[in-house]
Amino acid sequence: MPAVEVHSIYKSFEDVKALKDISFSVEEGELYGFIGPDGAGKTTLFRILNTLLIPDEGTATVLGLDVVDDYKTIRPMLGYMPGRFSLYQDLSVQENLEFFASVFGTTISENYELVAPIYSQLEPFKNRYAGKLSGGMKQKLALSCALIHKPKLLLLDEPTTGVDAVSRKEFWEMLVDLKKQGIAIIVSTPYMDEAKLCDRVALIQEGSLMQIDTPLNIVNGYDRPILGIKSRNTYKLLQALKLYEWTHSAHPFGEFIHFTEKREKPDMIALEAFLLDNGIDDAVIKEVEPGIEDSFMALMRKEVASD
Amino acid sequence: MTDPAIFTKDLTRTFGAFTAVENISFDVKKGEIFGFLGANGAGKTTAMKMLTGLLAPSSGEASVNGFDVYTESEEIKKSIGYMSQKFSLYDDLTVSENIEFYGGVYGLPTKALKQKIEEILYTIKLTEVKDALVVSLPLGWKQKLAFSVSILHNPSVVFLDEPTGGVDPVTRRQFWERIYEAADKGITVFVTTHYMDEAEYCDRVSIMVDGKIEALDSPENLKRSFSTDSIEDVFIRLARGAKRSDT
Amino acid sequence: MSSFRGFIIKEFKQIYRDTRTLIVLFGMPVIMLVLFGFAIRNEVDDVKIAVLDFSKDEVTREITHKLSASPSFELSAYLNTYDEVRDIFKAGEIKEVVVFEDDFGRKLVRDGVADVQIITDATDPNLANIVQSYTSNILRDYTNSKNSRLQIEASGITPEIRMMYNPELKSVNLFVPGIIAVILMLVSALMTSISITREKEMGNMEILLVSPLKPIHIILGKVLPYLALSIANVVVILILARFIFQVPFEGSYLFFFLEAGLFIMTALSLGVLISSSANNQQTAMMISLAGLLLPTVLLSGFIFPVESMPVPLQMISHAIPAKWFLIIVRDIMLKGSGILLLWKETFILLVTTAVLIAISLKKFKVRLQ
Repeated sequence: MPAVEVHSIYKSFEDVKALKDISFSVEEGELYGFIGPDGAGKTTLFRILNTLLIPDEGTATVLGLDVVDDYKTIRPMLGYMPGRFSLYQDLSVQENLEFFASVFGTTISENYELVAPIYSQLEPFKNRYAGKLSGGMKQKLALSCALIHKPKLLLLDEPTTGVDAVSRKEFWEMLVDLKKQGIAIIVSTPYMDEAKLCDRVALIQEGSLMQIDTPLNIVNGYDRPILGIKSRNTYKLLQALKLYEWTHSAHPFGEFIHFTEKREKPDMIALEAFLLDNGIDDAVIKEVEPGIEDSFMALMRKEVASD
Repeated sequence: MTDPAIFTKDLTRTFGAFTAVENISFDVKKGEIFGFLGANGAGKTTAMKMLTGLLAPSSGEASVNGFDVYTESEEIKKSIGYMSQKFSLYDDLTVSENIEFYGGVYGLPTKALKQKIEEILYTIKLTEVKDALVVSLPLGWKQKLAFSVSILHNPSVVFLDEPTGGVDPVTRRQFWERIYEAADKGITVFVTTHYMDEAEYCDRVSIMVDGKIEALDSPENLKRSFSTDSIEDVFIRLARGAKRSDT
Repeated sequence: MSSFRGFIIKEFKQIYRDTRTLIVLFGMPVIMLVLFGFAIRNEVDDVKIAVLDFSKDEVTREITHKLSASPSFELSAYLNTYDEVRDIFKAGEIKEVVVFEDDFGRKLVRDGVADVQIITDATDPNLANIVQSYTSNILRDYTNSKNSRLQIEASGITPEIRMMYNPELKSVNLFVPGIIAVILMLVSALMTSISITREKEMGNMEILLVSPLKPIHIILGKVLPYLALSIANVVVILILARFIFQVPFEGSYLFFFLEAGLFIMTALSLGVLISSSANNQQTAMMISLAGLLLPTVLLSGFIFPVESMPVPLQMISHAIPAKWFLIIVRDIMLKGSGILLLWKETFILLVTTAVLIAISLKKFKVRLQ
């Protein structure tokens, strides 16, 4: 039995179509990522899965139970971390955890094992008010609170937004560890680079799923060879590439610009000559492997083209 | 040699016994894109507040556009632009009303302002939605608009606090093109971000750990001296050693 | 049950830690009592009066002496002619002139009736009224003490006045019940609605809804701490009223607290109701202030008597729970009334509360939409 099964869900708010024809399934013990920018519909989808919203159309089951009819049975089995979630600022770290434990009818000591790897990092600060924690620590506490009742499914809505790269990396390491305990985890994020740590990812944009697959397959599915081009003056390089007749796309990626051509096989020599003509004499060109973000952007372009 | 756009020397700010920013010293050249990185709680926000004239330093020197942060904070405010994810636009005003409002705040003459509004709407391709309430726009569009508004009065320095958080990858890149364009016009850009790939777009980046600047150089040099191929590695190596993870 | 207990403990901790709000909640009744008890009141002290005595006999001298001995009056001029009256009022210092007719003492002894004229400066009608009634009282006291047969007639009609239950017309006696009503509205309705909407605003409500806590638990958990706070507040007000302002308490304390408990329930259910339609603290606060506190202050009879309002406003005031509570509290405190006399008002409050609780339970959403 899959942990989550969703069939053709639609949801609108007044005249905004938040979700359009969403279908997917999450297996038990899977780490499943929804990757997409703010406003893509991730939060609405999570609220349907946690039974707080009712879909306009379509069906969804969580742990084998219908999200509309069986919401009372589903709720205690979920661990949910909303995006805006900010804990109780005026309660201490320990009091927050105690509170959520008691609300779910358990105690910290009863399920300590599960949260120990995460919560032990916070224990030196257990008497500090949650309002005085940094972003990274808040996320850890929130995760502990969502886990304290041993949920069967963890729903984490943008847990790493606004958190620095180090804390984000640590957070994902924790998720990978949790997965080993057999808990299914669904997580959403606007950071594309986090996708590679998921078993499967669903790319979501403007309420529609663009693709669902393993990170590796998504990247492998990228159909054009990508060239990385580097120059001291990135802006000038970018401007020049926009004028090049064979340019299909040119996007900055770190120090390189990822460049694809309309032709099947890019001509590096012609490109170099063109850049030289446009005053860029220090261009370094090399072939690069596509990433999730390349795929996401290519899919976005296709969606726009098909609209 | 012209004066730097931003200059700090041993800049320090303490809150009681806690030193949020400790003896930071750096220069930002005119027209430079300067990436200001650091973990949550490293002291970035405090440093930004001092440079934008919102918070007085405890000790040390700092100037922005040649204005002293202690004595000339009003002049500083007039000569800089500021944009953050938290503070930006009025949701309940339309696109053009927002531009108009900020134009008014900075005292732009009515006629010039009208022209400026058209110009901005055209550059960021929002002419069609100029009468739409900002609340109805996708986040990426809002951020582009907020950036245009922050440089409306032709400031010589613009401070951007996590301008691209949560924005889709295409819009994020369009946003950076706007930043390049502004820098090309000679505007100095001081930017913080949690996207490490964006750090690579900067001319130079500084990495703050526990209130101090631990590294400051061009992305290329930083990667070379840490013998790695991404700024993210540099950042993680420096920030992992952080003692304090909160403010 | 333990999940509910955990919830209550958390609520108390949060309230206890919000020192600023607590200071306001307990400081407010004190400030209001002091304001209404000392500053805003209907009694007068040391009003300057003048006497125009055409008789100048022993009786008029004695009465004049009684007037000037009263703490309410300060005798500051003797006039000789009527013409001076106008001038003296124009000067503005003197608010009342008492005129004794010719042969006043003799007429009084011979006929048992003598005329006295009381002229007041009615630029401040309230003050003029009070001064006039004080003077009449003093005159009546005098005649009563001499001989019940004697009568002094103020020009025009002499009303037979007897102030019952609040003979000194102390305004604080009237205001204390009103203050109790306002404070209970504030603590119970306003604070409850803010506390619930804060959970929504912080995103914590989503988790509480998803948790095994039942909606009734969430509501009760939010409501109980404020019930306790409200009762504590009522006790503070009563103690202050009793020992600082000597406000009488004629009725039964048990009956009083039962009625207060009922009114608190009304206010709490209003608070829950507000929070179900408001999505942020600001809206909750505006609705509570404009929709509950303002009518409680202005239309319940707290400051302005309901009887003197235009009919449409009177109709509205019937719909304000505080109006009924005010009647109940005033009657308990000043008249010592019991349930036999107050069953109608109590019944109205009971029904209102039951309806409000039913609506707010029904409106409390188990989902977000």
